[in-house]
Amino acid sequence: MLLIGFFSATTDSFFQVSTAKLIANQIPELTLLAIGMTLVLVIGQIDLSVGSVMAFCGAVLGVLMAKYEWPLGPAVLVVLLVGACCGWITGAISVCLRIPSFIVSLGMLEIARGATRRLLDSNTLTIGSEVAVVSEPIAGVGLSPAFLIAMLAVVVTQFLLTSTVFGRYCVAIGTNTEAVRMSGIRTEPYSIIVFVMSGSLCGLACLAPTSLMEAADPGAGIGIELSAIAACVIGGTSLMGGRGNAISTFLGVLIIAVLQTGLSRMSVEDANKQIVTGAVIIVAVLIDTLRRRWKKAEL
Amino acid sequence: MTSLFQASDITKRYGAVTVLDGVSFDVKAGEIHALIGANGAGKSTLCKIIAGLVDASRGSMTLGGKEYRPFNKQTAEKSGVEIVQQELSLISTLSVAENIFLNRMPHFAGVVHKRVMATKARQALARFGLKDIATDTPVGKLGVGRQQMVEIAAALDRQCRILILDEPTAALSGSEADRLFENLRSLRDQGIGIIYISHRLSEVALLSDRVTVLCDGKHVCTSATATVSTGQMIELMSGNSASSHLAFTSHARDQVALQVSGISAGVVQDVSFAIKKGERLGITGLVGSGRTELLRLVFGADRAERGSIQLNDQVLTLFKHPNEAVAAGLAMVNEDRKQSGLLLSQSIRVNTSLSSLGQRLSSWGVIQKNRERIVSEEMVERLETKCIGIDQRVETLSGGNQQKVAISKWLVKDANVFLFDEPTRGIDVSARRRIYRLFESLAEAGKSLVIVSSDLDELMENCDRIGVMSAGRWVTEFDRQSWTVDRIMQASFSGYVDRESVA
Repeated sequence: MLLIGFFSATTDSFFQVSTAKLIANQIPELTLLAIGMTLVLVIGQIDLSVGSVMAFCGAVLGVLMAKYEWPLGPAVLVVLLVGACCGWITGAISVCLRIPSFIVSLGMLEIARGATRRLLDSNTLTIGSEVAVVSEPIAGVGLSPAFLIAMLAVVVTQFLLTSTVFGRYCVAIGTNTEAVRMSGIRTEPYSIIVFVMSGSLCGLACLAPTSLMEAADPGAGIGIELSAIAACVIGGTSLMGGRGNAISTFLGVLIIAVLQTGLSRMSVEDANKQIVTGAVIIVAVLIDTLRRRWKKAEL
Repeated sequence: MTSLFQASDITKRYGAVTVLDGVSFDVKAGEIHALIGANGAGKSTLCKIIAGLVDASRGSMTLGGKEYRPFNKQTAEKSGVEIVQQELSLISTLSVAENIFLNRMPHFAGVVHKRVMATKARQALARFGLKDIATDTPVGKLGVGRQQMVEIAAALDRQCRILILDEPTAALSGSEADRLFENLRSLRDQGIGIIYISHRLSEVALLSDRVTVLCDGKHVCTSATATVSTGQMIELMSGNSASSHLAFTSHARDQVALQVSGISAGVVQDVSFAIKKGERLGITGLVGSGRTELLRLVFGADRAERGSIQLNDQVLTLFKHPNEAVAAGLAMVNEDRKQSGLLLSQSIRVNTSLSSLGQRLSSWGVIQKNRERIVSEEMVERLETKCIGIDQRVETLSGGNQQKVAISKWLVKDANVFLFDEPTRGIDVSARRRIYRLFESLAEAGKSLVIVSSDLDELMENCDRIGVMSAGRWVTEFDRQSWTVDRIMQASFSGYVDRESVA
């Protein structure tokens, strides 16, 4: 809110429908990835592969729709499955063989990116307007399907985390895996499911950039995993596991998106934009940490 | 002789629990002052306050006549107060020399003078008779006894006026301990004040000039060691707790609840035992005799190589995961509750419901939050857990109340066989009493309890039977008629008789 106010005051063109649209278009992709990342961070793991898994999913979508002329619906289902498989591979290897997910997902990052380029011959593959519908506002509602899907994902994940046994187990696993095991709960399936969910969300997320470009881009989502992690952390998710909240993550996404759009409206150079974004991340986390410490001291 | 160090009216509270209650204590220059008391009497807390590791809630201290208020270990060390704690505080990957000189390495422009450091370290160790330790060995490669010696040597090497030793001989062999005593005496003769904590009363009698007895956080008495016998010391330490012992009633029924046969893995070798419904079976033995390992095998936390488990006359099995044990009605309260028992940063509520969430407290995977709250509140009330409310984080509770939360998880789950591993370690007397009453009521309800403890008094007060483990084997068991402390101790050592050292 503060940021929106700030940018409205400093640039006359900020508080406009076009800006809102621009932000709304940016949000779904990062939101879906950040939501998946929140779940993964809550169980005390990390998934660095989300950007390239998303690109790979986009490539599969492109090939199915452009080369084999599949309709959108079935293609999306296949893509979700592809994302889930990628997540399952990362999760199963790191959880069952107890290899840090940082390493395994780093490997998956490279593999998925390579597979994307193989599939697309390193070229952008034009799909056509059939996929564009995902990012076009629905008449009467004014919001795009992609945006609605992302909102739905936030709400569902928030419900999962706060009100279900699954969510409670995730938080518990992130706090102390051994204690959960000794309480008579098998932790491995839950951890793997979380990676599968993160992978599927990558599959969903790929719809946003592909529909905006009406094409599958081999360079989609490079570095976006770091923005996703940043959004989680700004939202107060602990990198050590055991604490996370989907709505706060969404606010983190909003902060990043507003900042990006606002800064470009102020026609700040790209280089400076990066510097400011980095500084905002640090300040946000600093405020959050200090507030937490202060609360703790009060107890 | 005036006092070098004086503490007056020291009080320490953790939440609602008072660990130290108005304790006054002094140390003269050139004396060894022993501090004794039962577990949880407050000895370690008092020492931590003196060494600046913990803040007192109330009270004041003076050192050499001046007011003394350490903020942390560093300021305490600057004032000349050194502590060697029970838990080793060495860094295992660094070398012996690096550990000794950790915060004062000889250096030139930041580059460590390795040769100078090695020479100085050798001197420090030699003074302590440790000529055979290479100063460049990583500390982690030394045995625990050796590590303790290095730590003491490091503390002795720093210039200090007050030296605090918390159970320094726990991991030392006889000759190592003798060497330590020699050093302590020579330090005393140099005018250093030494505070010496030990459970071994013979050491206290041999070494100290004065002795102070604490009981339940209160100062009982301070007198010249020569004027009190060890028998009197024990009497003073136990306070009135001896009189508050419950009369023992057996609730054992004629039905076997759990039969363990020939279980083996790691140190545990071919252990068999049975427990009836409503029975309380104690297991004791020396540290390292395989008691904890045995419980973990029964519970499926570790895989057993051989053996079987039979519950309620059902088929033989072996649990491969705690999950299966819990499903069969077992519960285990771990020795290290912080590592593997509790979710420290989560609330009492989350911890209490954890084991029962999937079955009793949810429908279609959605948590029934009202029932969860009700159940957690019931547990807090039943176990008299001292807390602000069920949403208080467990890490902010005292040890005794944390343990109550760890136990309540299994009460909600309504297990049939409870495995308790050192259930009262490091917890205050009132919480301990509450847990003993819980044992009684569980047994009355027909639950079977296996209680592993190093505290023989605890087992003799609470159990129908006591099994003794020694060197990984189930040596023997005693019932209430046949047990005596001597016989149990003898049995505990029996497996080690032919060996050189007792672990």
